[in-house]
Amino acid sequence: MSYAIEMRHIRKEFPGIVANDDITLQVEEGEIHALFGENGAGKSTLMNVLFGLYQPDKGEIYVHGEKAVINDPNDATRLGIGMVHQHFMLIDKFTVAENIILGREPKKHGMLDMAKAVKIVKELSEKYGLDVDPNQKIEDITVGMQQRVEILKTLYRGSDILIFDEPTAVLTPIEIQELIAIMKRLVKEGKSIILITHKLKEIFECCDRCTVIRRGKNIDSMAISETNPTDLASMMVGRKVHVQINDAPYEPKEKVLEVSHLSVLDQRKVSVVNDLNLTVHGGEILGIAGVDGNGQTELIEAIAGLRKVKDGSIKVDGQDLTNQRTRKIIEAGLGYIPEDRQKHGLVLDFSVGENMVLQTYYKKPYAQSGFLKNKVITKKAKQLIQEFDVRTPSEKTLARSLSGGNQQKVIVAREVDRSPKLLIAAQPTRGLDIGAIEFIHGKLIEEKKKGKAVLLISFELDEILHLSDRIAVIYEGRIIDIVNPKETNENELGLLMAGRRKGGAEA
Amino acid sequence: MIKLVKKINWMTLLVPVISVILGLLCGAVIMLVIGYNPILAYQSIVESIFLQPYYTGETIRAMIPLVLAGLAVAFAFRTGLFNIGVEGQLMAGWLASVACAIVFGHLPRVILLPLSVLAGGAAGALWGYIPGLLKAKFKVHEVISTIMMNYIALYTTAYIIKNFLYTEGERTPTIPAAASLASPFLANLTQGSRLHWGFIVAIIAVVAMWFILWKTTKGYELRAVGFSPDASQYAGMNVSRNIILSLTISGIFAGLGGAMEGLGTYQYMTINSTFTGIGFNGIAVALLGLNTPIGVVLSGALFAGLQTGGLTMQSNAGVPVELIQIIIALIIFFVGSGYVIKWAMGRLTRKGHK
Amino acid sequence: MGDGPSNEKGAQIMSLFEVLTIIVPSTLLTAAPLIFTSLGGVFTERSGVVNIGLEGLMGVGAFTAAVSTLGLEHAGLGDASPWIAILFAAIAGGIFALIHAVVSITFRADQTVSGVALNFLAAGLTIFLVKMIYEGKGQTPYITHNIDKINIPLLSKIPVIGPIFFQQVTYTSYLAIFVSILVWYIIFKTPFGLRLRSVGEHPAAADTLGINVIRMRYIGVVLSGVFGGIGGAVYLVTITSNYNVSTIAGQGFLALAALVFGKWHPIGAMGASLFFGFAQALSITSQQIPYLDRLPSVIMLTAPYVLTLIVLTGFVGRAEAPKADGVPYIKGQR
Repeated sequence: MSYAIEMRHIRKEFPGIVANDDITLQVEEGEIHALFGENGAGKSTLMNVLFGLYQPDKGEIYVHGEKAVINDPNDATRLGIGMVHQHFMLIDKFTVAENIILGREPKKHGMLDMAKAVKIVKELSEKYGLDVDPNQKIEDITVGMQQRVEILKTLYRGSDILIFDEPTAVLTPIEIQELIAIMKRLVKEGKSIILITHKLKEIFECCDRCTVIRRGKNIDSMAISETNPTDLASMMVGRKVHVQINDAPYEPKEKVLEVSHLSVLDQRKVSVVNDLNLTVHGGEILGIAGVDGNGQTELIEAIAGLRKVKDGSIKVDGQDLTNQRTRKIIEAGLGYIPEDRQKHGLVLDFSVGENMVLQTYYKKPYAQSGFLKNKVITKKAKQLIQEFDVRTPSEKTLARSLSGGNQQKVIVAREVDRSPKLLIAAQPTRGLDIGAIEFIHGKLIEEKKKGKAVLLISFELDEILHLSDRIAVIYEGRIIDIVNPKETNENELGLLMAGRRKGGAEA
Repeated sequence: MIKLVKKINWMTLLVPVISVILGLLCGAVIMLVIGYNPILAYQSIVESIFLQPYYTGETIRAMIPLVLAGLAVAFAFRTGLFNIGVEGQLMAGWLASVACAIVFGHLPRVILLPLSVLAGGAAGALWGYIPGLLKAKFKVHEVISTIMMNYIALYTTAYIIKNFLYTEGERTPTIPAAASLASPFLANLTQGSRLHWGFIVAIIAVVAMWFILWKTTKGYELRAVGFSPDASQYAGMNVSRNIILSLTISGIFAGLGGAMEGLGTYQYMTINSTFTGIGFNGIAVALLGLNTPIGVVLSGALFAGLQTGGLTMQSNAGVPVELIQIIIALIIFFVGSGYVIKWAMGRLTRKGHK
Repeated sequence: MGDGPSNEKGAQIMSLFEVLTIIVPSTLLTAAPLIFTSLGGVFTERSGVVNIGLEGLMGVGAFTAAVSTLGLEHAGLGDASPWIAILFAAIAGGIFALIHAVVSITFRADQTVSGVALNFLAAGLTIFLVKMIYEGKGQTPYITHNIDKINIPLLSKIPVIGPIFFQQVTYTSYLAIFVSILVWYIIFKTPFGLRLRSVGEHPAAADTLGINVIRMRYIGVVLSGVFGGIGGAVYLVTITSNYNVSTIAGQGFLALAALVFGKWHPIGAMGASLFFGFAQALSITSQQIPYLDRLPSVIMLTAPYVLTLIVLTGFVGRAEAPKADGVPYIKGQR
């Protein structure tokens, strides 16, 4: 029997990284096949190769047993491959039906035949139990509904192989259940599905087989019936770079950050942080473990004053800073290494020196009565460049032209040097090389030793396990458990992150 | 690594230089096609500007509002904003300075002159503040709002002149000598050109832009917001307030440009049925000058020279002066297409290496 | 403008009916060029390309119309001349807009910068050519075959409605209104329109569905040139009759305002153009109208711009530009 999709020995390189290294993926006809791995493991790259958005450097693709060359999404569509994008490719102001037929419009005398379009969409929707209203506008329907429109777009084009790219990342639990039912029905109707995910729960709920990739390499493929969550979790995480271990004694001091009953909405006005409570003490590193999209980003943005708090309070050092201006929060003692270092952490077209004083440029000694003291700034920059080993030709160099690791060092230098009472480090080592990772880990531990409170957010379990004094597991906007890193392991954490409380009960 | 940085700087300079050369070349081609002598045309421009004091004076005179308009556009650009409203801000400033000079004509020169100049700056500031406010509070795109403000200025100034400051010749009365920037000394020096003391104001403005942006904490904020609103917000800056401030300061430069025309070049304001063109030229000046104060001076000199010399080109080589406008338009197209120029140059140099 | 009834009896006796017979035809006349040009704006901005060069495109259209009407008159085509000239102007506008398309779509120049340059180029080039063609004169001769204000047969005889809507009007005004409806139909009821809008809203989504984003945007920009050219030509053959440096003084920017005021919708743009035409007509004719003669004309003249600003603040319903308006599309960038 031939496979619906067979990708053999795929290799895809980007400048500096090998995203896919000799990956083979075999998807049987009529199955739901999970492509499982951490963020950045190479799942999306592989699927973009399949969908024609990237060309592989090596390897071959077979569709229903026939060798295929896929140069662009049109080729993929012709071969019956459809993609449900993680970031929906939908036009908000168009109706459901318009979005679906776009590019392949039913016509009558050269005009749009919307009546026919609506009819087709209705029929498809009913056949697969998708329950969408063709006449509603995208901006008026829920995210779950929007996703079904994406599914309909592929079905309308006659796809029989559907790729779902992290489809549950944006859905509520109920919507996730609905989606799983839909996927099962699609398979019953003869479609084959590839599900890209890093959530264990989904795999065990709906998949037939699974391929695990890690760091761009194939780890294993197996039937779901022959494995268990613990094995799969350890396969996903694997053994990684040896990270610096937080061996300083744990001597927590006074409370520095107190978050109580915090609720925060995201852009779509959906509550993503729900009644969250969290305390971080001086002299400790508190790691927040969780799968991407469980409210971490919104939590730290709320603390930093970048996102409105709907309910609850945030105190730093006893001072109530709920919904205060960012500058006030910074002045109250917040240091923040942001998740997106190029977007938030640096003004890329500023020099390294200018970036070193991004929050302090208006204060003494860097300024006096509104005038910058460039000499002092330069001196400070030079000192920090040396102290934090930033590899840059000079402090005048634009931040844009530094490597990722050195850019991050600039941010860390700036944030640590201000000697904040609370230091938030969001994904501080993502995408960095080993040397830079070790350096930054060392700095975080140093801050802890100085008695500062450090809040660490990371999707790298290793990083959390090795640096934290306590680990708070976040799931659907709540801290569902706080564990001692010395008494836990990756498997247990993996289960918690998937929403399973200790003892196997569902959260 | 250091080598690389230098190379990048060189490349950015390359775009305006190549654009000017291409623009002039295209102008030459147009002249050749129609049957004019491009060498004679360009020669007459260069000779008049550099060898005839009158045209030298007129070039510097034309530079004054052009540089101020260019600074206005460049300052807003530095903060990530596109101020197409320089034209209207300039008119508002022009009228305000002239009106102030006439209304307070009895005041002594030491008070009246600075007051009139400031009135021009203040009116421009107001005309910039409004789009800034609309952008910061209601997210109204500044390109559209400044265009609207241009027309409001055009009709409002005409209305005010017609009803309150009217004199024969569809214009305001001439300002009192106490408010005038004109100088018989400078005029004599340049064989009767209209060169006036306003060039000192322009020089101060050039230095002020440099000083504000690179020497003050506000300037630091403005630049940070211009490059990256996200990072600025993260660092605790007030993005909205900086947008308003930027367009207001930009408006001051433009308003001063108008005041220079009102108090210096013309000594009055006419009822305009169309725009002066200085504001739109300011966009070209700023773009070609890479939005730096020095660049604005250089490109202001280029455009002022072309426009002034264009008159002699018309009389000596018979080429209509509109050719200059065509050349300026082409230069803007080329500067705007800098991405392609860089890409092409990159390919050329890479091929050279191979 | 127009030869309104003489004011012998004094303004105070003028009835509402008489006022309307002055204002409405005058509104229709001044609105027509704005309607055409703002429809051009609808095409380009719906495809995601901001075009503030509408002013220049109208200039090119007006210039082409002047020159070709004069030529066609000379060739003996008589009353057909201005109509054929409008066609030429449409073609010239389309070609001229192609510059904006190449520079802003293919070369990815800032669309506003390119639009500014387009206005510059149009102003310089047209007068330059006028001087070339008419031996150094800064303006063209007057055309003799205008599209005249006429009383439309039959319709103008209808009591009440006839004198208001169908006397002293030009066919171009009705054509403009008809074309607005046609453009609405094209943009909202045809596959082409759906694709054009999709490219202006979410080019990446359109791209994944196999729509050629670049080609659609080229079409949008060129159509803006075609319509801007027509707008300029209509302005010339119905209102000014000759081309000089101040023929198109702000009409293009007014059309841009109408586009925004009309919320990027063809019918909205038409309505806004009619309203702006009304304001212009009022500012010109208000001296003949009781009570209005006391209102400063500046209020009428600035009304279009002030109102557009107010609309943009969102107090009168949110005016939203197409989402990807002004954003260059670079394949593979999300």
